[in-house]
This record gives sequence, C-alpha cells and structure tokens, in this order.
Amino acid sequence: MTAAFLQISNLYKSFGGVAATDHVDLEVLEHEVHAVIGPNGAGKTTLISQLAGELEPDDGQVAFLGRDITRLPPHARAQLGLARSFQITSLMLDMTVRDNVALAIQAHDGHSFRFWRDARRDTALTDRAMQALARVGLEGRADTIAQQMSHGEHRQLEIALALATDPKLLLLDEPMAGMGSEEAARMVEILRDLKGSKTMLLIEHDMDAVFALADRITVLVYGKVIATGKPDEIRADESVRRAYLGDEAG
Amino acid sequence: MLDPRLWQAREWVTALTLAAFGLAPVFTELASQPFILDLIARLMILAIAAVSLNLILGHGGMISFGHAAYIGIGAYAVGIPAYYEITNGFLQIAIAIGASAVFAFFTGLISLRTKGVYFIMITMAFAQMVYFAFISIEEYGGDDGLVIETRSEFGGLFDIEDTTTFYYFTWVSLVAALYLVRRIMRSRFGMVIEGAKGNERRMQSIGFDTYKYRLTCYVIAGMICGYAGALLGNFTSFFSPEMMDWTHSGELLFMVVLGGAGSLFGPVLGTAAFVLLEEFLSGITIYWQAIFGVLLILVVLFAPGGIDGFLGRLGRKR
Amino acid sequence: MDWGLLITQVLNGMQLGVLLFLLASGLTLVFGIMDFVNLAHGSLYMMGAFFCATLTEWTGSFVLAAFLALPLTALVGLAVEIIVVRKLYRRDHLDHVLATFGLILVFDTAVQFIWGPAGTAIPLPEWLDGRVEILPNIEFPTFRLLIIATGLVVAIALYWIVTHTRTGMLIRAGASNRTMVSALGIDIGKLFLGLFALGAVLAGLAGLMIAPITEASIGMGNEIIIVAFVVIIIGGIGSIKGAFVAALLVGLIDTMGRSFLDSFLKLFMSIQNAETSAPAISAMMIYILMAAVLAFRPQGLFPPKGR
Ligand SMILES: Nc1ncnc2c1ncn2[C@@H]1O[C@H](COP(=O)(O)OP(=O)(O)OP(=O)(O)O)[C@@H](O)[C@H]1O
Ligand SMILES: [Mg+2]
Repeated sequence: MTAAFLQISNLYKSFGGVAATDHVDLEVLEHEVHAVIGPNGAGKTTLISQLAGELEPDDGQVAFLGRDITRLPPHARAQLGLARSFQITSLMLDMTVRDNVALAIQAHDGHSFRFWRDARRDTALTDRAMQALARVGLEGRADTIAQQMSHGEHRQLEIALALATDPKLLLLDEPMAGMGSEEAARMVEILRDLKGSKTMLLIEHDMDAVFALADRITVLVYGKVIATGKPDEIRADESVRRAYLGDEAG
Repeated sequence: MLDPRLWQAREWVTALTLAAFGLAPVFTELASQPFILDLIARLMILAIAAVSLNLILGHGGMISFGHAAYIGIGAYAVGIPAYYEITNGFLQIAIAIGASAVFAFFTGLISLRTKGVYFIMITMAFAQMVYFAFISIEEYGGDDGLVIETRSEFGGLFDIEDTTTFYYFTWVSLVAALYLVRRIMRSRFGMVIEGAKGNERRMQSIGFDTYKYRLTCYVIAGMICGYAGALLGNFTSFFSPEMMDWTHSGELLFMVVLGGAGSLFGPVLGTAAFVLLEEFLSGITIYWQAIFGVLLILVVLFAPGGIDGFLGRLGRKR
Repeated sequence: MDWGLLITQVLNGMQLGVLLFLLASGLTLVFGIMDFVNLAHGSLYMMGAFFCATLTEWTGSFVLAAFLALPLTALVGLAVEIIVVRKLYRRDHLDHVLATFGLILVFDTAVQFIWGPAGTAIPLPEWLDGRVEILPNIEFPTFRLLIIATGLVVAIALYWIVTHTRTGMLIRAGASNRTMVSALGIDIGKLFLGLFALGAVLAGLAGLMIAPITEASIGMGNEIIIVAFVVIIIGGIGSIKGAFVAALLVGLIDTMGRSFLDSFLKLFMSIQNAETSAPAISAMMIYILMAAVLAFRPQGLFPPKGR
C-alpha cells in the first residue's frame, strides 16, 4: 500500500458565511490520477487554490509527502514539487513562449540570483525549455509573444508551465476548458503520456476525458465530498447520479 | 545588436547619442561654448538616475515615487565626509552606494509588501522622511544646504576638478550603468523581474519568491541612483535637501516615461529631452513649468511608450 | 510638566489633524471609489486659499470670502475632472500620478502668473483674531478653535452622509464593488464628477482655513499632500473613519514630537545629543508610525471590505 502522497484533512473555507470547501477529506496516492468532478460552483477551484497556497483555509490541514504545508506560501509549495495550472489561463503574456517555460525551469533550478550571464543564451535553460515545449507540441511557437497565441495554445502553454517545473504532483484545473475537440483529444494524449509517472489531481468537466484518465474520482457538490471511488463505482453510485451525473449520463 | 547592418531607428539613435555625448568636449572646445558641456554633464548624471529608476519602474513594474531620496543620500555621502575633510572618492562612492543600499533595503522591506497605490505613496513618504531629516540636521546646513568644498579625490589616478575629466568620468559612468542594467535584465535574475512584472501570481505559483527578487532589484536601483547622487554632489559642489523634494522624484518619473519606460535607452532620451527643453523654455519664459505640465499630461494621454515607442514605430515602418 | 503647554499643543495637534482630515477625506473618497490617485489634490487646497485671499480683499470680509471661495474651488474641481481626470479613470496608477503631477505644475505656474510669486496674507476680522481663555490661565487662538470646530462638524457630516444616505450607500458600495454601482443603473460619470467636486471643496476649505495663519503661497499644497497620503495609508485607503482616526493621530504625534521629543530624549541621553537628534527624529516620526502600522497591517488600520 502506497502512503498518501497528498493528504487533505477536514479542510474548510467559507466566503461570507457560505462554505466553499466544507470539511473535505481527500487522499491522493503516488502515481495515481485522481479526478475531482462536480457541478459549477462546487468549490473545485477553491480547493486547488488552498492546495497551491493561494487561499488560506479557515480550518483543516494539507499534508504533502508527510509534511504539513497548510500555511506555506505558494512559492514554497512549488519548491516542494507541487505545480498547478489555472482554469483561467495565467501566463507572462508580454514574454515569449520560450521565456515563459524557461522561467518555470529556472524556478526548478533553485534560486535565480544570477545577474550576469545572458539567460537566453544559456543552453542549459533553452534546451530544456524547447523539450518542455515539444512535450505539449508548442516547439514551433517558441519565439511568439504569448499574448499573440490562440486560446488553445494558451491552454497548452499553461500545462507546459506546470510541467516544466518537473513537479511531483500536478494540480490541473480544467486543462481542457474552452478547447475544441481536436485540441482536447491532444491534451488527453499529453496527460495520458504522463500517467503513471506523475501524480495528478485533475479537475475536469469533460467526462470522457475524466473516465479515460482517472484511476479514482472524487465528487464534490456544494463544497462537500459526496463520493470517492474507482470510475466504475462512481458511475454506478446512485447519489452521484442524482446530484450530478444524472442529467449527463441519463 | 552589435551588428550595425541590423540596426533600426532605435539602435542608431542610441549609438549616435552616446557618441555625440562622448565627442562633445571636442566640439564645445572648438565652438568655445563650455557651458554646453556642463549642461550635458548634468543631463548624463540625471540620466543615470533615470536609468536606475527605469530598472524598477519600467522593467520591474514598481512605481517608486521617491527616487530623488537616493540622489540626496549619494550627494550627502560626498558632502558630509568632505565636511570632515575626508575627500577620498572611492570611500565616498562606497558610502553613497552602501547607504543607498541600506535605505533601499529597509524601506523596500516594508513598501514591497504593499501593492499598487500604497506602494506609490509609501515610497513617496519615505523619501519625504529623508528630506525632512536632512532639513532638520543643522550641522550639515539644514535647509540652507551643504557646500561641498572639494570634489572627490581618486588618489592621483585622475582629477575630477578638471571639467573635461569630470565630464568623461560621467560619460563612462552612464555607459557603465546602461551596460549593467542591460546585463541584469538579460540575466536569469532579470527574467524573474520581468516575469514578476507581467504576472506575479503565476511567478509565485511556479516557485519564485517574487518579494525577494523585487527587493533585490529595488536595492540595486537604489545603489545606482546613489552613485548618480554622488556624481551630482560633485558636479554642483553644493547640495540642498530641496533637491530631494518629492517633486524631483516626479521629474525623474517624467523623464523615464517621456523617454519610454521599460526600454533600455529610453530614459536617457527622456532625460535629454527634459533637460534640454527645460534649458530652452526657461530662457524664454518664467512660466515654463506650465508648458512642462501640459506636455506631461499630453504624453500620458496620447503618447504611451514615449520617445522610444516612437522610434520603435519608425523602425517598423521601414 | 507644563500642563498649559501640553493642552495648547494637544489643541494644535488637533488643528493640524482636522486640516489633514479635510484633505485626506477627499483623497480617500476619490481613490476608494474611482480608484484614482490625485496628486493635484494639494493644488485645490492652494486654490481655496488664493480665492479666499482675493475675495477677502474685495469684500472686506473673511467669512463672506470663505463662503464664496468654496463654490469657486468646486468649479475648478469640476473643470479638472472634465478636462483631464475623466480621461484617466481607465488608465493605470502610473498614468494618474504623472498626469496629476503635470496638473500641479500647471496650477503652481498659473498661481504665479495671476497672484505673483510672493505669498498673499489674509487678514482675520477682529472677533477671530484674538485668543480665548479655555481653562483658567490657558489661552488659545480663537481662529484655531474655529478650525477645529469646523473640521469636526465636517467630519460628522461626512460620516453621516456615508453611513445614512443613499449617496453614501453608493459610496460604500462603490468602494468595494464598482461594477455593482453601475449595475444599479446609477450614472457613474455623474457620481464621480460630484465626488471629485466634493473632494475639491473639502481641500479648498482646508486651504482657506490655514491661509490666515500661514498666508496663501505657491506650492503650499505640495508638502501637506504627502502627509495626507501618509494619513490615508495609515487609515486604510477608502475609509472615512480611517482617515479621521489617522489624521488626528498624525496631527497629534507630529505636533507633540516637535514640542516634547527633546525633553523626552533628555531622560535617556545627554542634553546635547538630545538637542541635535530630536529635530531629525521628530521630523521622521509620522513616517516611522506609517512604517510601523504597515508592517503589521499592510492595508492600514481600517481597510474597506472587498478590496
Ligand atoms: N474569492 C471569492 N470570494 C467569494 N466567493 C468565492 C470566491 N471564490 C469562489 N467563490 C465562491 O465559492 C464557490 C466555489 O467556487 P469555485 O470557483 O471553487 O467553483 P468551481 O467548482 O471551480 O466552479 P467551476 O466549475 O465553475 O470552475 C462559488 O459559489 C463561488 O461563487
Ligand atoms: Mg473552477
């Protein structure tokens, strides 16, 4: 039995009295793809933000690799090997695609208090940046300013940034949001390639993708976990069908 | 970049301006117009200050409204030792840079925890604090200012009492400051600064403690400006706290934005435009500041990118 | 301890405090609701003083002049909003500070053009020019008491408007949620214009009240505006209550520091050291206060909700 990689206990967060994360307990095991699904406003993004350190929970704990990280700031969590992607694309839009990824690699290299050498001629950096871009199929766009790319490409770069820090745990917030079906299929391929080697917490509305990728699924409704289990169990779960899958599966 | 065949308007202007500054002593001698040399020397000193402000403002997105304080710290670092007859230039410059670093570190520690308009106002307030502190220290002249009797001495290596030597000292300093900022901004550190300007949240989420990097950048900019202050103290042979009043911080901001914030050479052009216009307009009317005010408003409203932005557009059309 | 001096200095501190409040309340409203940084707020303070000076000369009455100067300052505020400021709401803070810095240059030069480079004194009527005995053997200038009283009345009125009226509700809503105000179908352009003019009137009031003491002079607003910034930073940008508390705090600490710090320091250090360091330290005191507040509360003492 693998020890819990990420352990969320009794996590609670409310906005103006309304609970967005309602005493959530959740375990992510090493090398699994754990999907979190739930209707709009269920509190999925809020959950990820607390795991990544951008929101402070009102109560409860988050432990990563056996260490309590509940009060660590985002950058310290990233240094421990936690990476997130954003549902609403968040990039350094004024910089080139390569520079965006190079920054993530730089972050993974430890400190960047290096003031003299030209970072853009530092092949240790640029080569790895190109590899990271190749992984999501953006190698041809390396010199484009991020701003000038299409929405689908932004989503790919979003994932590339998270991947480039070589994380132990990937927190993916709707990686396929707003993608066309072809792009989405490609993203599923990218994630499938990572499956087994990377641990992932995947939030996604696209049920085909979820059932294709997930080892386990947790269903979140109004901030509460209503079920956790293997895809088949979730598909069969009566309360899930009623609360959520009903309209889609039915 | 170093290949003139690839140069566009921007690169040509940069090279020609620096060359013109470098050759100015020869021409002013020929034309027997030495006051022009003084004008350009002052311009170059202010340009160093503007370049340093641009490092945090243009590249780092930190809108500091208190940069004139470093000019004051640098100038007093020359003036106060000189008052005690310590005229060693190396020591004075070390004090200027060191004291600026300390001031930048402690004020940055607090200011950089805040965002947006808080940051603007706090940097302004801290600078004003230095201003009032020096006004109230009678020993060093209070609000009458401090006369700096002797210029810095560099142990016989060169003598900046000589106008031309001082001029070249300033020219080399400006070129060095530009080179330094260029190197920094292209380094890994500079990438982080640029990234944090674009999207601080994302930079933190990929693992950068942006606060530390920004603080470092803020300190570096303070040190460069402190150096400019040491030059200015030597140049004017007199320093009054009034020169660090917040309106002078505003003028430095204007120079940067007029030239083009975030471009390497823009601040130099902005400073040149500012100083030359000031010289020209103040010769015509005592109400020249109103023209400046209107110009500033017009630049903000209609000319984002400043002079550098204009040159960039010129380059693209060709 | 000299109690008479202490009481006098507390009152002087309050007088500075209410002036700061008048300036800071306008700044904080304009920033809180419009997200606009107005460096030229001090220019409106100066305009109030100069209008009042000229009108006092024409009418022979300071009080009448004061009442006429306020609408004039409001007009200047309206003009500034319409000609420059409203084009800047959508811009970033750097553009705000630069353009309003430009406005300062224009205002200072305009005043020099119209009123000349020297300052203009404002004579007070006799009934305001004297001193009253506030406690046995302790006298205080009547006019300064009037300043304090006026400031307190304005503070109460503003607080009432913000907490009890429909406009005030909008102001509070705007301070935490700009889009909501427009969703309510309020003409946000008019609301901004009105608020900007209100800020101008408050600044003008402060300026015309200080001018009989210091005289109206070019650039008189440029120094106090920074202190007003310190006030709203300490109080929390957008909060009237914060502005009031912080203004009195800053006014008192600044005044007290200047008059008592040297005697206080003499308790720990040599007389000579105390006398040399006291002026410098007291000049820095409000900034140290600001730094201390920010170190613990980066959003100030009373941060408005939802910001
Ligand atoms: N910063 C905030 N302030 C107030 N309420 C918030 C905030 N962030 C989220 N909420 C509320 O918390 C609840 C959960 O939001 P969250 O964004 O986590 O949902 P989600 O599951 O990610 O939804 P979606 O599928 O639409 O992305 C929602 O009701 C939302 O309105
Ligand atoms: Mg979401």
